[in-house]
Amino acid sequence: MSEIIKKDLSEIIELIKKKEIKSEELTNLYIDKVNKSKKLNSYITTCFENAIQKAKEFDKKPNINSLLPGIPLAVKDLFCTDGFKTTAGSKMLKNFIPKYESTITENLWKEGAILLGKLNCDEYAMGSSNETSYFGNVINPIAENTVPGGSSGGSASALAANLTPATIGTDTGGSIRQPASFTGTVGLKPTYGLCSRWGIVAFASSLDQAGPMTKSVKDCSIMLEAMAGFDKKDSTSIEKKKENYSKNLKTDIKGLKIGIPKEYRVENMPKEIDELWNKGKNILKELGADIIDISLPHTKYALPTYYIVAPAEASSNLARYDGVKYGYRSSKGNDLIEMYENTRSEGFGDEVKRRILIGTYVLSSGYYDAYYLKAQKVRQLIKKDFDENFGKVDAILTPSTPSSAFKIGEKTNDPISMYLNDIFTVPVNLAGLPAISVPAGLDKKGYPLGLQLIGKTLDEQNILNVAYAFEKNCNFKNEIKNWWL
Amino acid sequence: MSIDKDKIKHISKLARISIDSKKSDLLAKDLTSIFKFIEQLNELNTDKVEPLSSILNTPLRSREDKIDDGKIREKILKNSPKNNEEFFVVPKVIE
Repeated sequence: MSEIIKKDLSEIIELIKKKEIKSEELTNLYIDKVNKSKKLNSYITTCFENAIQKAKEFDKKPNINSLLPGIPLAVKDLFCTDGFKTTAGSKMLKNFIPKYESTITENLWKEGAILLGKLNCDEYAMGSSNETSYFGNVINPIAENTVPGGSSGGSASALAANLTPATIGTDTGGSIRQPASFTGTVGLKPTYGLCSRWGIVAFASSLDQAGPMTKSVKDCSIMLEAMAGFDKKDSTSIEKKKENYSKNLKTDIKGLKIGIPKEYRVENMPKEIDELWNKGKNILKELGADIIDISLPHTKYALPTYYIVAPAEASSNLARYDGVKYGYRSSKGNDLIEMYENTRSEGFGDEVKRRILIGTYVLSSGYYDAYYLKAQKVRQLIKKDFDENFGKVDAILTPSTPSSAFKIGEKTNDPISMYLNDIFTVPVNLAGLPAISVPAGLDKKGYPLGLQLIGKTLDEQNILNVAYAFEKNCNFKNEIKNWWL
Repeated sequence: MSIDKDKIKHISKLARISIDSKKSDLLAKDLTSIFKFIEQLNELNTDKVEPLSSILNTPLRSREDKIDDGKIREKILKNSPKNNEEFFVVPKVIE
């Protein structure tokens, strides 16, 4: 029985449809494994009672025609869930119980999924290693003392350790794709506006997107199909018809033009990553794709741009945490202002404070033009790089990350070296494009590495297809040994 | 741009976050290195570039200006650190 939870989501859905397993049995298998896996610290909150109850309800009257029939799912603790604690990995929200449901999770439940728990993440999604969470570090199941990446680190860890059959994360600068790469899983950041942001704790509103994290590309297409859709409650939601990503998934990529941007061959990149990138090119070439060298000249300016735009938006978004309407309130302070200052000082962690200060500074009087306006202009140039190349190519292939998973504590004292982790993922957020990280191989330590496929606006189907064809021909196998049990 | 303790004091006041003196040294050091990194952007001439504030081509939708308080006062107040069942309560503002 316990072999079942090792299966892909799509296989588990088939088992439910064929009545070979009941939702309640399945849910209990995950609960059992989650209970034995506390060492990984991937869950902040478990919702087991709810899950069992909902599973029983499903089994009584199973609707097997939905996309996620009776499937228990844990989600990143950044999605507001009605009646269940939503912490964003912060002391500030450690007791916050939303009275509403995020559109994305609502969409999942409508398709038959069941809330199993809330997954750890970097505080307010600010981090690349899941070391900024108030609820402690998350461990990567690939090896002890190894980070799962971030900010969706709990999601990636739980998925790779089979503590949920699939999950969802959010990606502001790489927070889905980098942890997917670090854990040997698939992660997709959709086009900005495809998935509603309503009810997701905000980080940087012009960059944030929710997306699926799964064990296979097929699973990813199923999850995206369930999540995506127009939502009038999100003013940046794109009005378009729903697509059948899973039904339209195909491996024929003959004649597709795949761009290889020379700027992604960065200094000090490990040889293994370069080799893996070549392997990816060769696989796609053998499948009939044309490999074309391209140039994205402003790539190196993406990270500095991001570290103006994201903190600026974060400092505005996080102004709402004042200890009045919800969240933590300090007991210290003689007046209202001191109450605010102490609340925010005690409630936010160091990385969040650092980013709020950067954001406050770049937006402050006298500096706005030099920093924020400048960054918005460079953002335009970065987007233009992509626009110009998407006339020539159908998708772009790059490494997902400049390294494999690193050790806990290895980069915590040097913010810049931590930020550099997102060097290949950040340009995509700035340009609002869809991108998927798909596992491609292991390095000499046996740690997984991913490749990233970047697509045109709303061309999710195309990058899913290329990733699907790649996955079928890459023979990647994640070697996770359950050492924590 | 080098960020010193005075600047940290000024920004943290604007951001309404109290920062103690020890932390402020460390922050000044971190922010100085981050701004050095950010200032790479000055290598680029952007005089003729339009700033990009949203990647969506369409203007933001507006909704009808209709009051909908949802009748959820009780629920909303439940999450507040201090309330008197009708209002949020804050420390005294006017003497």
